[in-house]
Order: sequence, then C-alpha cells, then structure tokens
Amino acid sequence: MKRLSRIKPGWGILPIVIFLVVWEIVARLNLANGVLGDSFLSSLSRVLIGFCTGSLAGIGMGVLMGWKEIANKALNPIFSLLYPIPALGWLPLLMLWLGVNEALPITIIFICSFFPVLYNTITGVKNVDQGYVKTARALGASDRRILTTVVIPLALPNIFTGLRLEAGMAWRVIIAAEMVAIPTGIGALMMKAESLIRIDIIIVCLIVLAVMCLSFEKFFAYMEERLTRQWR
Amino acid sequence: MPSIEFRNICQYICNDVNLMVTDKELLVLLGHNGAGKTTLLNIVAGFIDYRGSVLLDGVPIDKIPANKRGIGYVSQNLDLFPHLTVDDNVAYGLRALKRHAEPEVTDRVSELLDMVRITHLAARYPRSLSGGEKQRVALARAIAPSPRVLLLDEPLSGLDTQTSKYLRVELRRIQHKLGITTMYVTHDLNEAEEVADRIAVIDKGRIEQVGRPEEVFFYPASRMVSDFVGTPNILDCAYCHNLGNGIVEVDCGGLPIIVPHDGNLVKRIALFPRDIYISDAPPPGPGVNRFVGRITSIKDTREGVRLEVKAGDNRLIAEVPHHIFEDMDLAVGKKVHLIMKLRRIRVYEDKNL
Repeated sequence: MKRLSRIKPGWGILPIVIFLVVWEIVARLNLANGVLGDSFLSSLSRVLIGFCTGSLAGIGMGVLMGWKEIANKALNPIFSLLYPIPALGWLPLLMLWLGVNEALPITIIFICSFFPVLYNTITGVKNVDQGYVKTARALGASDRRILTTVVIPLALPNIFTGLRLEAGMAWRVIIAAEMVAIPTGIGALMMKAESLIRIDIIIVCLIVLAVMCLSFEKFFAYMEERLTRQWR
Repeated sequence: MPSIEFRNICQYICNDVNLMVTDKELLVLLGHNGAGKTTLLNIVAGFIDYRGSVLLDGVPIDKIPANKRGIGYVSQNLDLFPHLTVDDNVAYGLRALKRHAEPEVTDRVSELLDMVRITHLAARYPRSLSGGEKQRVALARAIAPSPRVLLLDEPLSGLDTQTSKYLRVELRRIQHKLGITTMYVTHDLNEAEEVADRIAVIDKGRIEQVGRPEEVFFYPASRMVSDFVGTPNILDCAYCHNLGNGIVEVDCGGLPIIVPHDGNLVKRIALFPRDIYISDAPPPGPGVNRFVGRITSIKDTREGVRLEVKAGDNRLIAEVPHHIFEDMDLAVGKKVHLIMKLRRIRVYEDKNL
C-alpha cells in the first residue's frame, strides 16, 4: 500500500493515453494496411541480426585483445585504422561486393556495432584489477575459468556501456542505409512518403524510430542494472 | 603440512635469499616498504619469475604454475570478488579445483564460515562488509581448498588498531588449529611479535636475521635490525634476584634495576630511548630505577634529541622531546638523573639456563 501511494495518479494514465494516441494515428493514417508493420519487421530483423552478431564478435574479440596482450598488439593497429570510418562509409564498397540484398544492411549494422563494443570490452577486461586474477589463480582456477568467472563478469559494466550506446546507433544507421540504398524497411518507407509528400507517414516513421532507439537503450540499461546492481 | 625452503633466490629486488620455513610454523617477514617481503610471497605463489629454487617439503615447485601449487594466498587488498556473495567467494577455490561434489562444497563452506565466525554473512556481497569481516572472508576463502601453505600479505593493514589486534589472535588460533605452514608479511613490529613463531627481518632484498621474536629484539644481528626494532637499550644482566610479587632485581653494568618479571632467569633487559626520562635536578619520589649519569654525546633527530649517557658501565641512549631539551640546560659532560620506566622494561629470559 505504501508503494502504491507513492505513484502519482497522473503517471498511471500515461500508458493508456499513449495507447489511444497510437491507435488514433494508426486509424487516421490508414497504416493498419500492413505497410508500416512489414517495413518495421524488415528493419527490426536487420538490426537484430546485425547488432547481435556485431556485438558478439566485438565482445569475443574484445575479451581476446584485453586478455592476451599479444592479440592486442597484433590486431589493435588494424582496428584503430578501420574504426574511424563511419559505418555508412562502407556502403558503396559493400554494395559492389555484396549487392543490394539483405546481407548489405546486416553487414552495415555489424560494422556499426562491432567497434564500439570491441573497445568498451577491451577497456573493461583491461581494467579488471590484477589482484583478482592473481587470487583466482592461487585458488587453483585455470585461465579459462578466471576469464569466465572473474574477468568477464567484472568487465560487464563496460560491455553494457558499449551495448547501450550502440543499440540506439544501430537504428539510426539502418534508417540511413535504407534511405539511400535499400528498397525495403522504415528508411525506404520514409523516402517513398517523401516522394508522395506524405508528411504523416514520415512522422510516424520517425516516432517508430525514436521509440525503438529508446527501447533498445533502455533494455540494455535494465539488463546492466539487473546483472550488476547487487554487487556494484 | 610441508616446509618451505628458498634456495639462492634472486629476483629484481631479492638478492640471494636462503630461508627455511619449518613445518606448521608461522614465519613473519618483517621489513620496511620495498624491502622485498611481498616479492618473496609472490615467488612462492608462482606469480613472478625468479632465479634459484623454492622447495615445498623438499620438492622443487619452480616449474609448477601458480594455479597448481596448492597455495592459499591473502593479498593486502584482500581482493574479494565483488560480484560473488560471501559463500560463493569461499567456495571459489573448491569449485575451481573440481575435486568436490556441490553438496560437499556447501558443507565445507558452512564449516569454514563457522570457523571464522561469519555464518550470518553468507549471502552478503563484499561491498556491504566491514574491514574485519572482509578479512575473515578472505582467510576462509584462502584455506577452503586445504592449501599446502598459507601466504598472508599484510592482511590486517587496512584495519583499525583494535580490530587488527583482535584479528591477530583469531588468525593465530585458526593457524594453530589447522597446523598450516604460514608466511606472514608485515612492517609492524608489534604485529610480528604477536603472531610469529619466528621472524625473518628483510632489508633491500636480503634476509638480515631470522629468529624468535625475542631473539630478534634482544639480539639484533645488525644495525639495520636494531634500528628497525626501535634502537632499544639492551643491557646484559650479571645477576638476578627475585623480590617476589612479580618483581625482580637485576644488575646491569653496576646498576641495580628493578624489572617486572617472575623468575630468576633474566639474561637481558631492553628499554626504548623514549622510555628513559632525563632530569637535570634530582627527581622527587622513591628512588626505584633512578640513576645518575654523565652525558657523553648529544644528537638531534627528527623524533627528538638523543642523549648518550654513561651510567655505571653502561652507555644508555635516552630520547628527549625538542621542547623539553630546550628548557633544560644540557651539554656534553654534564651530570644528569635518569629515570627508567619500570613498566616499559622488556625482559629476555634464558630458558636454557
């Protein structure tokens, strides 16, 4: 009862208002015909596949480079050179190499997600106090066990920072890529709406984009909080 | 439990170290910061490269990696894993070694938490523990996998005096109970004297002296050791007469000194310079442990002014605070009165007599 009394009545109405507004917009714009849904699902699947593979690769490579100095010395110069290139800068080259198909936006998102997660993971792993590593080793843990039970858990806050930042960025990049090079997805829908002077559709697309960026960022913030709150 | 032997150990700081820690012994490595104490522990633990050989129970362990040496290690920072609860921290070594089934691990953890008296903290995370509680968790974690030897690197350094004193006793109790060969690093002489079976004084990577705490104090092997223990006045006793009620009269270079002791075997006594009062006029009160001497030298130090006074056949060092020295008219050759603080006199008893 005490908790309930802390919630202000105004906030309780908010989800209902949002639902009604979205319902009204969908009805008025005649968007329930499936165009927005199809475009959204196209963009979503690209983001999910590209972001998941890019992040996993970034985490894996980051752990390797943070843990083994030799790997860091060997790979860091290459990645340092590639990192400053904006993800969209790869678009012309990838269009020629991969063609205009599903692999193109996924690869763009992969590149966009990979580098920031990589560098945040390297920082996280390197920042783990060597005292913990020494202690775990003295307790009989192998390198692999130290990595999985001490280093990676302690690097999680840094890894999540990378994921949180890139989750929103992936959506921004996919929209841009779809606007210039790919005929399907939310970005492409916006371009079509622009040629038909359908400002309403453009605004809905922007709202969807904003909601998705925010949702992804909030999801990772929540996960970080859930996984590290107890001990931080 | 095995002995630890260092043979000709050389490392960046250590210089030809030879040292033997016997079975079930608690040896304290005592020295200033940067003397090489922690380096020696790291060498036993296998954390750093070195030349020479370390033997556990006569078997060289130089080629064995750190995680297979079977060593319990508590670092200065304790290094409790912050993302694990107390019981998971204690169970870490047991799970890493994979020698025990999970129910056994749980039982062993409960037993250890009970031994170090922190059962009620099992579900807590390290961030919510006090310094003393963290120290207990670190100790329980280190001894959980039943290590062959235990290495403690200034484990009480971050604690307040009272807690530290209490935990020393606890630590000694647990070490005795387990009978585990232990090396303990500290730079605190009092701490060393309280916990040690033997003390190894180390300076600039060299072992200066190894002996029982009273041996190190009363028979310093070098100037460095003497300075480290506080440059006490150490006097040989010619005879010893028990006056009863815990009071003994000893003769030290012609001075009849009363010391708090029960027995007739006093061989040496020691008194820190700061525990000898100097007066330029005869002090009032009973004439116990009051003598007359003549100043033979005066030396100004950061702590105070050090006077060398010849009293009887002894040359005693007394320390006078700067402001008191300035108030008194003291000079070389001048006669002064000395008062020895009875309760501060330390006694070395020769048990072999």
